[in-house]
Amino acid sequence: MGTSAFDAVIPVICVTLAGLVVLLAESFRKKQERMPLGGLALIGLIGAVIACVLLWDRNATSFGMVTADNYALFVNLIILTVGILTVVFSQHTVERDGLPAGEYYALLLFAIVGMMLMVQATDLLLVFLALETMSIAVYVLTGIRFNDARGTEAAFKYFLLGAFASAFLLYGIAFLFGVTGTTSLDGIGTVVAAQSMSGNPMILAAIALLIVGFGFKVGVVPFHQWSPDAYEGAPALVTGFMSTGVKAAAMAAFARIFLSSLEPMITDWAPVLWGVAAITMILGTVVGVAQTNLKRMLAYSSIAHAGYLLVGIVAGNEVGKAAILFYLAAYALTNVAGFAIIGLLGTKAAPNDDLRDYAGLWHTHPALAGLMTIVLLSLGGFPPTAGFIAKWYIFSAAVGSGYYWLAIIGFLSSVVSVFFYLRIVVMMFMTERDARPVPLPVAASAMAGLAVTVAAILYLGILPSRVIDLAAASISTVF
Amino acid sequence: MEGWGGIGVMMAVAIGFGISSVILSQFLGPSNPTPEKEAPYECGVPPVGDARERQSVKFYLVAMIFLLFDIEVAFLYPWAMALRDLGWFGLAQITVFILILLVGYIYIWRKGVLDWGPESDPDYHVAKVLGPSVVKRYRYGTGN
Amino acid sequence: MIPLSYYLVLSGALFAIGTAGVFLRRNIITLLLSVEIMLNAVNLTFVAFGRQQGVVDGQIITFFVMTVAAAEAAVGLGLVIALFRGRESLNPEAFTALKW
Repeated sequence: MGTSAFDAVIPVICVTLAGLVVLLAESFRKKQERMPLGGLALIGLIGAVIACVLLWDRNATSFGMVTADNYALFVNLIILTVGILTVVFSQHTVERDGLPAGEYYALLLFAIVGMMLMVQATDLLLVFLALETMSIAVYVLTGIRFNDARGTEAAFKYFLLGAFASAFLLYGIAFLFGVTGTTSLDGIGTVVAAQSMSGNPMILAAIALLIVGFGFKVGVVPFHQWSPDAYEGAPALVTGFMSTGVKAAAMAAFARIFLSSLEPMITDWAPVLWGVAAITMILGTVVGVAQTNLKRMLAYSSIAHAGYLLVGIVAGNEVGKAAILFYLAAYALTNVAGFAIIGLLGTKAAPNDDLRDYAGLWHTHPALAGLMTIVLLSLGGFPPTAGFIAKWYIFSAAVGSGYYWLAIIGFLSSVVSVFFYLRIVVMMFMTERDARPVPLPVAASAMAGLAVTVAAILYLGILPSRVIDLAAASISTVF
Repeated sequence: MEGWGGIGVMMAVAIGFGISSVILSQFLGPSNPTPEKEAPYECGVPPVGDARERQSVKFYLVAMIFLLFDIEVAFLYPWAMALRDLGWFGLAQITVFILILLVGYIYIWRKGVLDWGPESDPDYHVAKVLGPSVVKRYRYGTGN
Repeated sequence: MIPLSYYLVLSGALFAIGTAGVFLRRNIITLLLSVEIMLNAVNLTFVAFGRQQGVVDGQIITFFVMTVAAAEAAVGLGLVIALFRGRESLNPEAFTALKW
């Protein structure tokens, strides 16, 4: 592979081309004709994975706006894994629920394009454009069951608050542009580092607006209202995709902006994010305990997880940065698997997403119940799983930077959260269901995908050192 | 502010002429209204129904598509202004941009968003077989 | 030349009007309009800052923001149609299938 001006965008080009091909194939598809659209999507995604692996350690840049440093590639690999898993799980479900296949896969691929570019962007304008590419595709995916009142309502709420949040983000970018005269992250970093900006009201306003904008996208507490509704109304597989992909991309861009360009201002923004992280962890856990719908409960759990990730940004040290990457990987695998199980068990007619629907799952779907148990233990942060290592790593970063209280709040809230994860496990294994429904057939490919994912969760939990080393190596070139 | 005086005079004359001719015609012209004259003008044909009737949702879709393609084309103007500076690489970039738009265009075209003529109307095909009068009765509910 | 602060105050006011509109208005089309007002307030800020610094970047960014706003509007209007089909209402209070 030679070096050219396009190296850094090759993974993105792979996914874009796959998306366009899927859209064209759908355009020329005759009614009732079946096409391997999911396969086309998989080809593009795997091509992008290969490109990412080949670009490793090369620090390619394109157009002065896109970088393929190891940090971006690491997060891109997480996003692509989420994409591949979502496509694998969707194959069967899209057909069963009669979702429009061409549009579904094309939007999925375009959303992934936005996510990848958002992580790779080194210019705030491109961050914004990528964010919108991702968001607009995900809004439509949320409402892809357009005859379903809950789906469209969820999509509209997500859309309205998302558009509202991007206006805030953009206003913050405008102020940064006004103060520094540039939108490039390096340029902003140089100006902010050269001059003392602590008292400058305009840059403080910019930071506040950026926190609001990103806060909405990653779903941290004062800005989280959309996420339980959007997560509940969307098809479960889409929820799994957006709760991991969107969060990983937004969190990675958030960390890149705040820990590189705005790092000189850390004494100004760290206390704010400290408060946000603490409230997010507490509220996400406490409200999550009270939920009776499994999708809503996992939505609050993912709010709490966003709080844990923020702890990594607040800590801001080397351990914290690597911990964010490891946490994103662990969380993405776990959440995709969790929502996939919900998606496989629920149909359009019977969503089966209430907690009560999981009573006695052991008797109808023993394999799924077993896999779900590992997923839930990982979400709760139990020892032999990825979630435990990720949390331990994040909290040790917080302690390392002297944020003892944050680590204690995080530890206590994850202890409380264990309660609601274990409650589901108990329901699945211990309770009998009065009227046992006919077990739904589950596609073999989806089961294989789930098994691989859960194996990866256990691998990250038992032998994490390889991935931790990779994460640590990938931040060393960036920040 | 050199040279703006003439423009100011011209605008004053233009606005003054417009306003004065409207006012003068009120006083000078004869006025004997009849119901025919009061009616809204519709190509000499008597107006039918209410103008505020519901439009087909198809037009809404066309308006949305127009909104998108209209704005995307705005990128061509700055490119055209800087055409010589950007050179072949600029041309390649704008070609890629147009090709991506083209994929979207092919999609909406194949999905039938642009067919809002009679061909997309199921009655049209009935009419070709049975003759237009049958369709008319069928459509306006006199036949059933 | 009109000083920069005038533009900033105007765009700040527009942004505030848009934000208030999102919270206060009771018609979902008006909610969409409010978001558009916010984006246009930001556009004004970009153009004003670009002019103050003597670079065209501000105007270029505005171009991209306009495109994004159009795409957002198209998706938003599509969702409004889907919502209206189900409920025959444009009042946000009518949409309560999910808890807010």
